[in-house]
Amino acid sequence: MSSTFDQVATIIAETCDIPRDTITPDSHAIDDLGIDSLDFLDIAFAIDKQFGIKLPLEKWTQEVNDGKATTEQYFVLKNLCARIDELVAAKGASA
Amino acid sequence: MQLEYFHMIDRIVDLKVDEKTIVVEAQVPQESTIFEGHFPGYPLMPGVLLIESMAQASGWLQLGVFRFERMPILAAVKEAKVRGSVFPGDLMSIEASLTHEGSGYAMTEAKIRVGGKLRANSALTFTLIPFPNADMRGYMAKVAERVGFPQQAVSS
Repeated sequence: MSSTFDQVATIIAETCDIPRDTITPDSHAIDDLGIDSLDFLDIAFAIDKQFGIKLPLEKWTQEVNDGKATTEQYFVLKNLCARIDELVAAKGASA
Repeated sequence: MQLEYFHMIDRIVDLKVDEKTIVVEAQVPQESTIFEGHFPGYPLMPGVLLIESMAQASGWLQLGVFRFERMPILAAVKEAKVRGSVFPGDLMSIEASLTHEGSGYAMTEAKIRVGGKLRANSALTFTLIPFPNADMRGYMAKVAERVGFPQQAVSS
């Protein structure tokens, strides 16, 4: 099975027409890849479907707006993938 | 339907919150300034207004499912197809279903039928925002009353 990063990178490449080889674990979805909030909804939808989770975008956005978190914590891809892995693990634990 | 106010939906026929589906009716008026230009001698509902009608049907569905806690705002139109013309005087039956509930966004699929025949369909994405002020919240409550929004469907 491919890694979480590989799956997310493929989703981003296909959803936003970004060359796959330019997407790295250290890429910032917004600052480096230029993904805007509307395109990120399509990415979130694809991630929700593929991993069977619900990315808490509202909560993350609120935390960033309140200064309680940085965008890097959620939108640098290695960090995003870590959050996804946590959500998948939490889902498995509650199932 | 009051085209000049973008009131596309006349009546909520069936709202099933648990099944996340809705059916509404929209009566296209016989006359409108829109038809004077679109088109002289061949009045036709503009395709963008068919999409708006499907968006509003989807909007009422989401107001029901999310119990008026969020206001859905159209964000993206996908796979919209106008499969047949809609004319002045046509009664549109619009059905919509919620296909995905994300965090702060939702997706729907909607169809317009006239006389049982499919005239348009689309997949739509909405962002869900808090009501920006009491005026808008109050306005939507009034419109809900006008279109027969079944308050009992969201009060339990």
